[in-house]
Amino acid sequence: MNDYEIIVVGGGHAGCEACLASARKKHKTLLITGNKKNIADMPCNPSIGGPAKGIIVREIDALGGEMANNIDHSCLQVKMLNTKKGPAVRALRAQGDKITYPKEMLKTLEKEPNLTIKEGIVEDLIIEKNVVKGIILEDKTKITANIVILTTGTYLKSVILRGSNKKSSGPHGEKPSKFLSDNLKKLGFTIQRLKTGTPPRIAKSTIDFKKTSVENGDLKKYTFSYDNTPLYEIENQVPCHLVYSNEKTHQIIMENLSKSSMYGGYVEGIGPRYCPSIEDKIVRFKDKERHQLFLEPESIYYDDIYIQGFSTSMPEDIQEQMVHSLEGLENAKILKYAYAIEYDAIDPLQIKQSLETKIIENLYTAGQINGTSGYEEAAGQGLIAGINAALKLEGKDPLILKRNEAYIGVLIDDLVTKGTKEPYRMLTSRAEYRLLLRHDNADIRLRDYGYQVGLINNEKYEKFINKKNNIAKLNEILKNTKLTPKREINDYLESINTPRISDGSITLYDLLKRPEINLKHLKKFLDTNINFDDEVVEQVEINTKYEGYILKAKKEAEKMINLENIKIPKDIEYDKIHNLASEALQKLKEIKPTSIAQASRISGVNPADISILMVYLKKENRI
Amino acid sequence: MNDTIAAISTALGVGAISIIRISGENSIKIVNSIFKGKNLEKVDTHTINYGYIIDKEEIIDEVLISVMKSPKTFTTEDIVEINCHGGIATTQKVLELVLRNGARLAEPGEFTKRAFLNGRIDLVNAEAVMDLINVKSDKARKVAIKSLEGTTSNVIRNLRQTILELLASIEVNIDYPEETDTIVMTNDIIRPKISSIRKELSKIIDASENGRIITTGIKTVIVGRPNVGKSSILNKLLNEEKAIVTDIEGTTRDIVEGEVAIDGILLKFIDTAGIRKTNDKVEKIGVEKSIKMIDDADLVILVLNNNEKLTDDDKTILDYTKNKKTIVVLNKSDLEKKVNLNEVQCDNIVYTNTIDINGIDSLKEKIKELFKNDLIESSDYTYLSNARQISLAKEADKILRDVELGINNNIEIDMLELDIKIAWEKLGEIIGETYSEELIDQLFSQFCLGK
Repeated sequence: MNDYEIIVVGGGHAGCEACLASARKKHKTLLITGNKKNIADMPCNPSIGGPAKGIIVREIDALGGEMANNIDHSCLQVKMLNTKKGPAVRALRAQGDKITYPKEMLKTLEKEPNLTIKEGIVEDLIIEKNVVKGIILEDKTKITANIVILTTGTYLKSVILRGSNKKSSGPHGEKPSKFLSDNLKKLGFTIQRLKTGTPPRIAKSTIDFKKTSVENGDLKKYTFSYDNTPLYEIENQVPCHLVYSNEKTHQIIMENLSKSSMYGGYVEGIGPRYCPSIEDKIVRFKDKERHQLFLEPESIYYDDIYIQGFSTSMPEDIQEQMVHSLEGLENAKILKYAYAIEYDAIDPLQIKQSLETKIIENLYTAGQINGTSGYEEAAGQGLIAGINAALKLEGKDPLILKRNEAYIGVLIDDLVTKGTKEPYRMLTSRAEYRLLLRHDNADIRLRDYGYQVGLINNEKYEKFINKKNNIAKLNEILKNTKLTPKREINDYLESINTPRISDGSITLYDLLKRPEINLKHLKKFLDTNINFDDEVVEQVEINTKYEGYILKAKKEAEKMINLENIKIPKDIEYDKIHNLASEALQKLKEIKPTSIAQASRISGVNPADISILMVYLKKENRI
Repeated sequence: MNDTIAAISTALGVGAISIIRISGENSIKIVNSIFKGKNLEKVDTHTINYGYIIDKEEIIDEVLISVMKSPKTFTTEDIVEINCHGGIATTQKVLELVLRNGARLAEPGEFTKRAFLNGRIDLVNAEAVMDLINVKSDKARKVAIKSLEGTTSNVIRNLRQTILELLASIEVNIDYPEETDTIVMTNDIIRPKISSIRKELSKIIDASENGRIITTGIKTVIVGRPNVGKSSILNKLLNEEKAIVTDIEGTTRDIVEGEVAIDGILLKFIDTAGIRKTNDKVEKIGVEKSIKMIDDADLVILVLNNNEKLTDDDKTILDYTKNKKTIVVLNKSDLEKKVNLNEVQCDNIVYTNTIDINGIDSLKEKIKELFKNDLIESSDYTYLSNARQISLAKEADKILRDVELGINNNIEIDMLELDIKIAWEKLGEIIGETYSEELIDQLFSQFCLGK
């Protein structure tokens, strides 16, 4: 008898979702973390969401994860982004309180009856015949389990760098795990060194805000979770502020460039391009006279302000000069210096779509250990790892989201198919079916899965089914209600600045397709007892107005699904297939794609190779 | 379910019967929609049906159509084969019609591949077929790349780069909506960019189609009033050179009666039946017929009698040739000149008489002069070598036209961007570059972003 069914190693955003999913699915779960106080910590920017990432948070909620609910309970300011663009790219972002967010998450974890939380540093795994059996702590304590999920974040051999100063430490001076990545290497994992960084924090009371411009939250209230009502007041939202770097800042940086860890040659790890340090930006974009910097509050309980856009690995004295060169920050006091952090990660090509590793059975990985960056990316993977670990215990097939179903699906597929050489961040541009993967329809896309795996309760599910029915009902009414060119109807249409009906008749559905028309305009043609809530109206409006584009995207997705349904058997012997190009052969053997669609996304596998593969499968009567 | 594919399945030879093969779920429906004759959706399987291929009301070719219903066919899908009689140009036209009505141009070896995948070909031969597919696609790829080396692929590549920068500019606004220092792309900003991309693209398409004319032959018609000497000019042209005369009787259009190569420029004489067969001196071709012939031609040789004043018919035809490449031949130059040259108003005039060979030589010189530039242009400039490439370029252009319509309808820019991206991918297919991480790389090299 094992001590636990599932052990989750690491209490960050991935670990929290993983252990909650497992425990909520009634499995005896242990969360092991270096320091309980750092559970669901936000060591970098104080915000959740943003383009693409905000949609991941909605997906987590639709599937029955926790992040959306948690940020709803701890937000300082909320904005809907891209409102002037089409519905496909809208996304929510909230500034989160760095004290409240972890506190709320810890409360939720502690309420969970099947979950135990324990402090400790994991240094090794118990492995028997390539199957994981448990973990070994720093003090050699052994804890056994059926399944282990690694969500170690930046804590594998982490090193913090400021200039030439290098010290072995995680964020907040926490102890890193020094040997776990070496032990993973011994098991056959390829270990890569990645790097990220964070900007300085300054004391709010020492900023001259008169010299900055204010960035307020939206005047409309939102929630990330489909099941919450807003818990904040519009007027109580905490503002952010905007400042710019200037000529003097750039001069200081250029003069001291070789002192930074990055340019001084002290960094081994590969940093992300989307999150360059300020020195990188100045070197790479010499023509830019200034760079935007946002001053973001970290919490209402303490004084730290985060300077978004000012990440650096300069030594402390240069950081002082840099900060003081900014307008409004001439006298600012630095509370915490910026740093770069290096850490170990595994090559995600060595994990499956289910997030179980290919080398060691029953071992799952999620978050930064898989090469990603970002709280939301971590949480999304953590949730899937937790669900799939539990499903495996239950003897069921894993939940694998397709690229046309969720950003989480795109994320995992990209990782396990293409790998990554830099910390991977989700971008809208990575999703080829982004029109289908909207902020507004995450529940329509995923709630059924959440219910099927048992993370969405009956009450929430009924509410969702009711919404779906209402959407269908409203659609039907619009398609079946026809207007004829009567005088009073045409007079009304003219009064709302839309062309008259000339002859014949037009359905309300077709009328709604006109860009200038919304459902409110059509209300007078509907029965007075017909009343639909905003979410239903939103779905119907988007689906009607963008029908042509959506159909096109669905058609494209269908082509992909057809290939997705052609499965490649696990025991396929690629060496037996003649004529495969050698690069394709090597990639296919390494990545072991599960379907023809996945195989076709591997770089270096050409259409001709795919044809040969299909012919082979056909010949073997495998498809 | 597999989509419907089509291709010319016979080697493109001169004057022979060409077969267009269509395979897939909609093959019968597609062909039926352009066929005048029996309702093909109702005929028995494995029957041959006589009728016409029509484009709206216009008859394109007189054809025999074989209908073979699934599963007893080469690919096991519904197959239709169109036996065209009208030479390469007509066959191409019929193929274009089939494609326009819903079929997709087949990849090299795709019929064989389908036959195999559907279990039609003996599995014992599997290895051989796999070799075949491999060789075919590899070869096709190499040929495609080779034919595109140099300027052509560079032009496409540059065009893609322009589009890619545009895409990155739009996507950066989506992923980094609060970067106020990057330009916010709007429909007004992209409008002129899209139109200039389309302009470039049409140049390529035009040049390519021109190029196709050069390689498949210049459709040439000889028109003029009875007894002006059309047949003697034709005969002289054909006899002087190594002419390939391949009469095909019984078709309604584009009777390729003879081909002649003049310094590498291939002329195909179309619809000369009326000229050559009328030994009874009563020519039947009237003005109306002439005009119809001119419509279809790449080159018009208008023969006038030097010894007579222009008639009304002559003037009508002259007027009609204004927008065509035309050479006016003033025949019977040995007789007194009665034609008023001011009325002819054509830059390309040659004098001939049936007794003197020099006249024919100057006609040939004129033809060379007219097409030499095209020949150089098409081998040197942007020239897509095959129908697949041209059809991809056209698709890209069509998508960009939709984008322009969207701009006019105030569709949000991120929606339009989805289409622009498809156009970019289509152009990528031409030069064998498909979607990869390019866009994301562009995003980060073009813009300064970060936390």
